[in-house]
Amino acid sequence: MSFLPRRLDRWLLSAAIGAAALIAGPAVEAGSNDQYVPLLSYRVGPYASSGIPIWGGFLDYLHYINEAEGGINGVKIVTSECETGWLAERGVECYERIKGGLDGSPVAILHPFSQPIAYALTDKSVADKIPLITLDYGRTEATDGSVFPYFFPVMLNFYSEASGLINYIAERSGGPDKLKGKKIVSLYHDSPYGRETIGPLDLLSKKYGFEIYEIPVPHPGNEQQSQWQQIRRIKPDWVFLRGWGVMTPVAIKTAARVGFPADHIIGDVWSSSEDDVIPAGNAAKGYLAITTYPGGTGFKIHEELRKYIISKGKSDLKDLKQFGTVYYNSGIISAVITVEAIRTAQAKFGHRPLNGEEGRWGLEHLNIDNKRLAELGLTGLMQPLRLSCSDHEGGGAIKIQQWDGEKWTAISDWVNADRALLRPLIEEKAAAYAKEKSLTPRNCAAES
Amino acid sequence: LSLSEIGFSFAEAGSEAHRRLRLWRPRWSLWLGLAIAFVAAPLVGSDYWFQAILIPVLVMALAGLGLNILTGYAGQASLGTAAFMSVGAFATYNFLLRLPWLPLPVSIALGGVVAALVGLLFGLPSLRIKGFYLLASTLAAQFSIEWLFSQFPWFFNNASSGAISAPRLEILGHDIGSPLGRYLLTLTIVGLLTWLAANLVRSQIGRNWMAVRDMDTAAAVIGIPIMRTKLLAFAVSSFYCGVAGALWAFAYLGTTDAHGFDLDQSFEALFIIIIGGMGSIFGNLLGAAFIVLLPIALNNLTTAWHLGDLLDESLLGNLQKALFGALIIWFLIKEPDGLARLLQSARERLSIWPLRS
Repeated sequence: MSFLPRRLDRWLLSAAIGAAALIAGPAVEAGSNDQYVPLLSYRVGPYASSGIPIWGGFLDYLHYINEAEGGINGVKIVTSECETGWLAERGVECYERIKGGLDGSPVAILHPFSQPIAYALTDKSVADKIPLITLDYGRTEATDGSVFPYFFPVMLNFYSEASGLINYIAERSGGPDKLKGKKIVSLYHDSPYGRETIGPLDLLSKKYGFEIYEIPVPHPGNEQQSQWQQIRRIKPDWVFLRGWGVMTPVAIKTAARVGFPADHIIGDVWSSSEDDVIPAGNAAKGYLAITTYPGGTGFKIHEELRKYIISKGKSDLKDLKQFGTVYYNSGIISAVITVEAIRTAQAKFGHRPLNGEEGRWGLEHLNIDNKRLAELGLTGLMQPLRLSCSDHEGGGAIKIQQWDGEKWTAISDWVNADRALLRPLIEEKAAAYAKEKSLTPRNCAAES
Repeated sequence: LSLSEIGFSFAEAGSEAHRRLRLWRPRWSLWLGLAIAFVAAPLVGSDYWFQAILIPVLVMALAGLGLNILTGYAGQASLGTAAFMSVGAFATYNFLLRLPWLPLPVSIALGGVVAALVGLLFGLPSLRIKGFYLLASTLAAQFSIEWLFSQFPWFFNNASSGAISAPRLEILGHDIGSPLGRYLLTLTIVGLLTWLAANLVRSQIGRNWMAVRDMDTAAAVIGIPIMRTKLLAFAVSSFYCGVAGALWAFAYLGTTDAHGFDLDQSFEALFIIIIGGMGSIFGNLLGAAFIVLLPIALNNLTTAWHLGDLLDESLLGNLQKALFGALIIWFLIKEPDGLARLLQSARERLSIWPLRS
């Protein structure tokens, strides 16, 4: 047996180190003249492989703004990372750690980068007045900003995605009237995420007269023989693949086995990355996918990033082959929206670090038009985005890209969703949420 | 008065004094602990301490307590903890939503009761199978309940996301939605249920559980009803887990969905009771603190020491996980009976130090 006091000492020492570590928190150097942009990343856990290129794009763009422009109107951006593992509980811990800012630099805008974290922060962010951005995911009903003042599901919610898909098919078929009698299968991940498009597709099929077949795939979707046999019997014109994770490559491979052509499968935004097609090998050649951030390095912003970040060895990427992948480009767009919203708010509040309330004002007055996109070097990579108090989505356009076995190539221009048609469905859901939580919606007409 | 009688009463008096002495110390530290938790913590605590540290530790301690009743006291292994937590959360949500006039604590208690009933159902196999086989059969609870809550939209009020979120938290018209309010709610419920459990395991019921745990054939021979004892353990344990689930969803995260309570959480509860101490009430709190806080402390250490500048962030994240695992192994080798036992032996040795060591 060891001698007690020595053991106690060791105990006390380790306890003290632990307590000190807990209290100390992050200690990155920053003056109060900086704008803090925290990053809730997941570099470990099952989704790390898709996350790593996102942080690459996100951090590279922010560092580029610092290097090339000296910050946003001279206000430098400081960042710090907090590992969430994509999990809600770790995300909440990180959020509590970063929400007060970093050494006096405030948080203006936060990206949860995870569905469960975004949900867990919905109420907390309202109490703390920190706007959350969820790019192409998050709560569809939060499009109605009068009920969700601090939640921004920007660019594309799942309703707009369904509508954009139908409009693209109409374009390919030669007009909306040609949709009549077409057969479309929606093969969806059997989860709330997958079921989101059932409502809007049903509405659209009644409007245009096409037939919609909804076929669920149970999680995780690594066995789809029976579903694809069913699809073969239906002989649809198009298959809309609402996949997630391993479900997507398995669907593509099984389709090839039953002889369904890959170029008539259109994957959704979460089935549109390199990780979704490379495991399917040759079967994925010709596969189509919806995206709001097409892959590729041919955009002007990539030249700039090469010049200021990549060639100087300042990139966050460890594997530079990921430069210009779909997820890397999505990271760029997340960063662009953050920077431009802060720039918009600075025009009103002055060129200084902004807090969350001011960040929200910037988001609700954000207007990135085609001219601005060209200035930013984002033409073709990002769609025009205009947000307001009542509209927290803003974009609502999709691009279709095709996989050639090596890389993605965009094969369409921006195809707009019929957002006005779907708006009543969204308002209904938002009103139901407001009722459940006894919230009083803001009057957006009265907001400046 | 015979000599033997004197000797007997002497011994009795001695053991009485000894018993008082033994009871005295825990009581004293208990009051101190309660004073710190109820008075000092609210005075000095920040949002971060309440929301990121104290609430999750308390809730996971309660979940650990639920599992400890079943595994540590009644000897029935289970991997269904997260499933029963999930039932408690979803049931509480539906009581709050559909019977809005019910006070919040009553809804939480009813959520626990529903979880107890489900626990009873999944406890039935324990009448026939034991040990690892029972452990595997409780996995069924995990999968079927996750499936149930993601397939039937009624359970989550047809929300498109499938997530449930807490309606406004209030007791008798007082809003307790603030971090402090939610901390005090959690602390009160966890405190009351812990007190109840401490008394329960020292009662006839608790002794029956331990008799079944130690040898069920012998227990049956001396007249303990095996079936009722085992099922009661499942019900009580699931009640605790259900309440913990409701608190996890509403007092801690504010929201959850069917996949919010996954198998990992069941394992976490299992680690809590292994590290804290099987068959110990206080051990659950120690185990929960260890499991919840160690990753946060490691993460904060790497940030405070600027390790991010030296090492790749991904490598750092994985190193933290590896270190966490290594520490668990080290602890279990040092003290297989858990932190509670470690603390107890330290106290015993401290009471005679420096006369012996």
